[in-house]
Amino acid sequence: MAVNAFEVEAGTGSVSGPPSRWDYFVDRAFRGAARAAVGLILFLLAYILWSIGSKASVAMREHGLGFLTSTTWDVGHQQFGVLPQVWGTLYSSLLALAIGGFFGIAIAIFLTQDFLTPRLAPAFRMIIELLAAIPSVVYGLWGLVVVVPAMRPAANWLSSHLGWIPFFGTTLSGPGLAPAAMVLAIMVLPTVAAVSQDALRLVPYRVKEAAYGMGATRWEAILKVMLPAASTGIFGALVLGFGRALGETMALAMLIGNSNQISLSLFSPANTLAALLALNFPEAGPREVQSLMYAALVLLAITLAVNVLGEAIMARSSRQRVAG
Amino acid sequence: MKRALILLLAITLVTLPLTAPVFAQDSVRLTGSGATFPFPLYSAWFKSFSAKHKGLTVDYQGKGSGAGIQDLTNHTVDFAASDAAMTDEEMAKVPGGVQLLPMTGGEIVIGYNLPGNPKGLKLPRDVYPAMFLGKITKWSDPKIKAANPGVALPDLDITVVRRADASGTTFVFTSHLSAASEEWKKGPGAGTTVNWPKGDKLVASPKNDGVTATIKQTPGAIGYVEYAFAKFSKLDMALLQNRAGQYVAAGGAGGPAALASVQWPPNLRAWVTDPDAATAYPIATYTWMLFYKNNKDPKKAAALRELVDYCLTDGQKMSAAMGYIPLPDTVVTAVRKASSSIQ
Repeated sequence: MAVNAFEVEAGTGSVSGPPSRWDYFVDRAFRGAARAAVGLILFLLAYILWSIGSKASVAMREHGLGFLTSTTWDVGHQQFGVLPQVWGTLYSSLLALAIGGFFGIAIAIFLTQDFLTPRLAPAFRMIIELLAAIPSVVYGLWGLVVVVPAMRPAANWLSSHLGWIPFFGTTLSGPGLAPAAMVLAIMVLPTVAAVSQDALRLVPYRVKEAAYGMGATRWEAILKVMLPAASTGIFGALVLGFGRALGETMALAMLIGNSNQISLSLFSPANTLAALLALNFPEAGPREVQSLMYAALVLLAITLAVNVLGEAIMARSSRQRVAG
Repeated sequence: MKRALILLLAITLVTLPLTAPVFAQDSVRLTGSGATFPFPLYSAWFKSFSAKHKGLTVDYQGKGSGAGIQDLTNHTVDFAASDAAMTDEEMAKVPGGVQLLPMTGGEIVIGYNLPGNPKGLKLPRDVYPAMFLGKITKWSDPKIKAANPGVALPDLDITVVRRADASGTTFVFTSHLSAASEEWKKGPGAGTTVNWPKGDKLVASPKNDGVTATIKQTPGAIGYVEYAFAKFSKLDMALLQNRAGQYVAAGGAGGPAALASVQWPPNLRAWVTDPDAATAYPIATYTWMLFYKNNKDPKKAAALRELVDYCLTDGQKMSAAMGYIPLPDTVVTAVRKASSSIQ
């Protein structure tokens, strides 16, 4: 039997030695605890899905897929459908992402690509991150009191002069899709800006120097080298921002007008799934609760689909880059 | 000076046992939940009740009438409150039975926002249901003009603001519209949420304060809110034409006149959907507290009766100042009698 050199050493009081029983135990215990924690998270997710699903099952059997295509939410006649809410959720989130995403990435470029002195950049970054600390209700009130009156003249001019374009088909009276999307854009801005900054900062500075060395101008270096190199992370930022926009509740409930209709017009009131859930739960009767649970499942499915899609695209784009 | 202080002390010592009679020794905690409509009044009542009764505290959470009924059914509270009382079906779910007690009344007003803030706009009985149905779409409509000679009405779109959340306020408002308008009854009907007409001039906001804020921010808006909210946020309120054809403002004698007309059934559950009296304001309602008839703890039952008694006596004096309608004396007597069934 071969002699274990480590075990020989163990007796000599040297620092190095074979793992003791205690080391083995700690190692195993830690591994077990980590596995249990992962299992617990999976269990929690499954349990949430199961408990919502079991409460929604009656409504699912009753309304079937018609729930997704019906446009009426009428408690009195027990008719439930969420197509307008699904439409409003996606429409407002996409609009918010388009605006917030553009400005968020622009801010990230501004803060990371040597436009500011190294002292000023952190201050700006902190100010933008402070936006994330403002409560949703405050955004809602601000939207109602400031954004809506500020947008109204422009919106009504657009609708009276360019009313033939479906996006400007109606006038903006008060709450509506456009102010809601605008406030939502500001709410997703810190998320997009922060994650994009991290992504841009991860690209080695040498890459940019190399681009300069090849004779690229500053903007060529940023747009053709830095942004593509950071694209995976920036895309992740957009997916995170979109997820935030989908689930946002209170500010939208106050601003979107909560009207169950499907309209292309940016100025007409709409509704979202999250607002529907938040506003109808407290007074809902047993049958409505089942339908609300079904609506919650739909929202969950949308966010899950967005995340999976985002992951897939990110995986694909990084593979392509490696291959190229 | 010193003598006055001693006198004061003596008076306090003598009257202390009177104000804190039976419960001085052991503390009882009562919890309730439900309607938000009377919440400002109830919280004022319970605060002063708890202050005057040593060892007795009352906590009330304004969650919404439906949630209050749920809590009562699930036995998570000692009492609940609801604007829509409780249906027979709901009461059957509580073993031992439920005692409904009307505690105060309130009015629902139609608030508006017009350029120049004209006060005291008059809305005829056939006009305001049509406005909420989206049939009358302009403020310059001849029907509104005819009722308001001398008021400059602009050629402005009417934006209807409604409640986005299910609410007792909507229930009372739509019940009245259903009673006043056949078309409303056949269309949206009455309920805590109804299937509202759709359109880009009909928006919804959460809670009484959300609706109030949206009306105030939107020129040409009209919407319904509870009177106390409209009063404290200085919203312009319309005079409504009642069944007898008179225009009546909210907040005056019109509310009590409307509530006085109620014929009470034994379970004390009745609504005034469309009062007949010439002086009555058309949209008024009682709001209820809900109690278990069979409380397992006799001490709690005694405390609840004490609470009801306080609300009926000292409580009623606070109602009017806070924008609610005090109960008529006959109703106070009936409620006091009924409260003996809380055991």
